[in-house]
Amino acid sequence: MSELNNLTIAELSEKLAAGECTSVDIVNDVLASIDSNDGKVGAYLTIDRASALEQAQEADEARAAGKKLPMLGIPIAIKDLLNVKGQPCTCSSKILEGYVAPYDATVISKLREAGAVLLGRVNMDEFAMGSSTENAALGKTSNPWNLAHVPGGSSGGSAACVAADEAIASLGSDTGGSIRQPAAFCGCVGVKPTYGRVSRYGLTAFASSLDQIGPLSKTVKDSALLLEVLCGHDKMDSTSIEMEVPSFGKNLTNDHSLAGMKLGLPKEYFVEGMDPEVEKAVHDAVEHCKSLGAEVVEVSLPHSKYAIAVYYIIATAEASANLARFDGIRYGLRVDGKDPLELYGKTRAAGFGPEVKRRIILGTYVLSSGYYDAYYKRAQKVRTLIRNDFAEVFKQCDAILAPVTPTPAYKLGEKTDDPLKMYLDDILTTPVNLAGNCALSLPCGFSASGLPIGLQIIGDSFAEETILKVGHAYEQTTEWHKLKPKI
Amino acid sequence: MTEAKEGMDVGYVANLARIELTEEETALFQGQLDQVLHYVEQLDELDVSEVEPTAHAFPVFNVFRKDEVGQSLDHAVIIANAPAATEGEIRVPKIIDQ
Repeated sequence: MSELNNLTIAELSEKLAAGECTSVDIVNDVLASIDSNDGKVGAYLTIDRASALEQAQEADEARAAGKKLPMLGIPIAIKDLLNVKGQPCTCSSKILEGYVAPYDATVISKLREAGAVLLGRVNMDEFAMGSSTENAALGKTSNPWNLAHVPGGSSGGSAACVAADEAIASLGSDTGGSIRQPAAFCGCVGVKPTYGRVSRYGLTAFASSLDQIGPLSKTVKDSALLLEVLCGHDKMDSTSIEMEVPSFGKNLTNDHSLAGMKLGLPKEYFVEGMDPEVEKAVHDAVEHCKSLGAEVVEVSLPHSKYAIAVYYIIATAEASANLARFDGIRYGLRVDGKDPLELYGKTRAAGFGPEVKRRIILGTYVLSSGYYDAYYKRAQKVRTLIRNDFAEVFKQCDAILAPVTPTPAYKLGEKTDDPLKMYLDDILTTPVNLAGNCALSLPCGFSASGLPIGLQIIGDSFAEETILKVGHAYEQTTEWHKLKPKI
Repeated sequence: MTEAKEGMDVGYVANLARIELTEEETALFQGQLDQVLHYVEQLDELDVSEVEPTAHAFPVFNVFRKDEVGQSLDHAVIIANAPAATEGEIRVPKIIDQ
């Protein structure tokens, strides 16, 4: 199997530069893979084939004219909450039925400037609220490694399409683990950048103080290459940080030594109820990093156990405000009423799915008069404690090694009746969003039943280079990233 | 602060959030959200009286830009997205009785 869709950004860029293939060839192979597999995987919501081929053609012409761009001719899939001018942007919600994005998100403009081919829109939990892509009103996505299992979420489509070689890479967003967890479940690489690294302009907001856009890819190197394109200050997002973007991709070398690197192992991250196979795979990965020269020290993040409680107060509070804009007036679904109030109530009743309704109601409650201090303000204070935990730990080590999830991917339908149970699975990913620092997820093994297991590498704020270096060294001296699912 | 935590009336809050719920949804969400609220009560065991709240991971204050005229979105494109429009305006149900 040497179809072009199986290759990485780095490999394809070399082939394109050497004239061994064209972007049209790549897109054709990707579309063929979608044709044969996506009926089972269900990663895509919409694919504009004509536009993808046209963009590929343009990329090939630009190359022929001597243009050199970092993503020239590389097809990338887009999570369905990023606005792409002229395309639908449903967020997997019925309430955005009929909406056509009038502008490009900043990350989309950056991909276009870098020469990428925008391939299509991939499935997600409605408004990114979920951990399994089962809260999706418009499609069902399966895990490519076992179609009876969830792909994770909320960026489930973004992870599944990469794992199934139905895209070369993709964009996702991570509010409480929504890039890292599906990457772990589907056996690919995903990066949640430091808060403020990537502009959120054009990302349909879920929880504005936590959301970050990031790449999902087949290798750490590819994520680094994409990150380089996505990062940077943007005047359209006042929370994006003015800071130079390092050459993330170029800085990853073939020197896989981790000598001089101090890695922390947080004892609180090996939680009760953790699957023994996950625990073993992560401990094996830790041993492997030691064999590459890293020093491993035990560290403590004492407030980790409060992260879920803090997260589900802060994220729902912010969501209740952000999703107020979906009222049936200016775009999307409208269900008429005798007056505007009745119209809002009926439109939101028909347009939102149950999880979104639950979270808006919870968020409205924790912000309401009389409860604000008891819930929201208290959560913000505990958020400070969680942030301080990380600040302390990064005085003792360069990066943290941890599992991404307590278990491998579970079965479709297994947790949909119990929202709290589903929330608790985010215990190892939400602290990073609350603290605002960066983390990546990459494959570090498989369960006996053949499901991928993820290793999480957590870095300090703006320490993407460090986590990429550790991830790249681990990945390039192991074989996990070379394994492919049989669909 | 404990006096504030008497439990949530889902029907009442849903109305504040402008979401009409069916009786079944109200009952289902009440049970599920009571469970979540019970879970988050564990935050009460921490003494946070001396802790400053974090609203943003990287607080940036007073971000100014030059007051320059820029390109707005095209009127026709915006109106095309409206579920109901007439004569270039978005149409809504009557608000004020004549």
